[in-house]
Amino acid sequence: MGKVLLLTRREVSAYFMSPIAYVAMALFLVISGVFFALADFRPGAPAAMRSIFDIMMLILIFIIPIVTMRSLSEEQRSGTIETLLTAPVTDFQVVLAKFLGSWIFYLAMLAPTLVYVVLLAAFGNPEYGPVASGYVGLVLLGALYVSVGLLASSLTRNQVIAAVTGFVILIVLAMLGPWIATVVPSRVWIIGVRTLVQQATVRTHYLDFSQGVVDLVHVIYFVALTAYALFLTVKVLESRRWR
Amino acid sequence: MAVGAMIEVENLTKWYGNTLALEEATFTVEEGQVVGFLGPNGAGKSTTLRILTGFLPATSGEARVNGHDVLLESLAVRSSIGYMPENVPLYPEMRVEEYLRFRAGLKDVPSAKRRAAVDRVVERCWLKEMRRRLIGQLSKGFRQRLGLAEALVADPPVLILDEPTLGLDPTQIEETRKLIRSLAHKHTVLLSSHILPQVEKACSHLVIIADGQIKAADSLDELKRRLAHRQQVVVELRTADTGDGPAEVGRALGQVAGAADVRVEEGGGGWLRATVTPAADADPREGLCAAVGRRGWQLREVHRLAPSIEELYARIVAGEADAGKAAA
Repeated sequence: MGKVLLLTRREVSAYFMSPIAYVAMALFLVISGVFFALADFRPGAPAAMRSIFDIMMLILIFIIPIVTMRSLSEEQRSGTIETLLTAPVTDFQVVLAKFLGSWIFYLAMLAPTLVYVVLLAAFGNPEYGPVASGYVGLVLLGALYVSVGLLASSLTRNQVIAAVTGFVILIVLAMLGPWIATVVPSRVWIIGVRTLVQQATVRTHYLDFSQGVVDLVHVIYFVALTAYALFLTVKVLESRRWR
Repeated sequence: MAVGAMIEVENLTKWYGNTLALEEATFTVEEGQVVGFLGPNGAGKSTTLRILTGFLPATSGEARVNGHDVLLESLAVRSSIGYMPENVPLYPEMRVEEYLRFRAGLKDVPSAKRRAAVDRVVERCWLKEMRRRLIGQLSKGFRQRLGLAEALVADPPVLILDEPTLGLDPTQIEETRKLIRSLAHKHTVLLSSHILPQVEKACSHLVIIADGQIKAADSLDELKRRLAHRQQVVVELRTADTGDGPAEVGRALGQVAGAADVRVEEGGGGWLRATVTPAADADPREGLCAAVGRRGWQLREVHRLAPSIEELYARIVAGEADAGKAAA
């Protein structure tokens, strides 16, 4: 565990040394700020953050792969992966630390949005329950997105390809459910498939959080899928042994 | 296997898809030796080193480092190795000292001793003025030193250095060589190179590889000795009083037992220089002297041409492997 912490610390400090991470952070804060101002922070609107929480699910599809794209790609491109993986650490420890590093950076990126809560409190009377559960949802959503971005970045030594691969996987993962519901005709046997796809979709499990519901099923969905993406990342790293 | 063997490689074979990179490689490195791993580019040097460090698995065969199997006890093997990969990959955004501390931690140097460990290698690799420098701003020579410092930071029993002097200027090469030399006895060193003179001065033993095959593995002296049996003998003589010409000299020396081929040329001032190539395993020197004496010629010099390491290397790589095979 000590080594995971050591590696994580290096990851986090590498983020704060990297211009791209700051660009991604700024982009995220500007876009989410605009949406907050337009959707939630209006005269007459309820003092809540429902809209911005829902929109963030989409914004983050594009922001997080930019944050995670260098994580493993850059190590492979520069060759530092060789010194890293020949140190006495396991592939799993490396992936876990990469994940924690990116996730911590994501949380740091999310932290300034707490200003929205302060603004709502200053001008209205917000219900804190749904705000808190919304943030729980964002923390879990971020974990999943980061692990998918990490998987994409393990697949290639090219950062741009890593980012685009991340976008594509996340778009499919987040949006496939609602799309399939409108496209697929409702025959009995297909309904089973439709339900399955809908249950596998991020959207289905995420929206409840912003409405103040923290359902264990949803939590398990995010944790399990995050763990699965990390497992695949470890396998990709190990694949150098039989490729 | 041999007592005190630090690195044992047995029948190691590596395929990359359909390309054979390493074929049945076998060699041993004893404790405290500095071994040069020599071969042309693409011969399989880096592949072998990557297998030893556990970065890549072999297709078949076995390798042990410090008594641990590289595949089954990978973590134990990695703990006993300081590895400097080719081109020294480093994190450009870290500072020299910060990087060394980070690597010391990864290599299980207890946190109380990390500062001392870093101080020691910084001193040893002449990085003192660079401690606070960003790695991205270091020159090639300092990057190389940092790579070496990193390999040494946990004081591992085995050092594996892939082209440690690549891209350095002559002064830096000399310094690096001295440093590596000073590591012998305390560490076992396996360093790869395709540049001969560096290896000759830094190493006591050689493993020569070409086309994925180990062509020779032995001590430098022993390799030279094994090749010596094909050493040419040069005889300088004068036939002035007898009136024999170069052709006659060639014929007479060619008849000596053990002489396979004779080339005679003018040496200036009436002297002739005959270069005699011996038949395998023969030493014709005594016979040559006797023959010269019988004919009443004057003898000025007889000496053997000692093979230079370049010649040795070229001959082994070119497949004149009788010497090499016997050694391996």
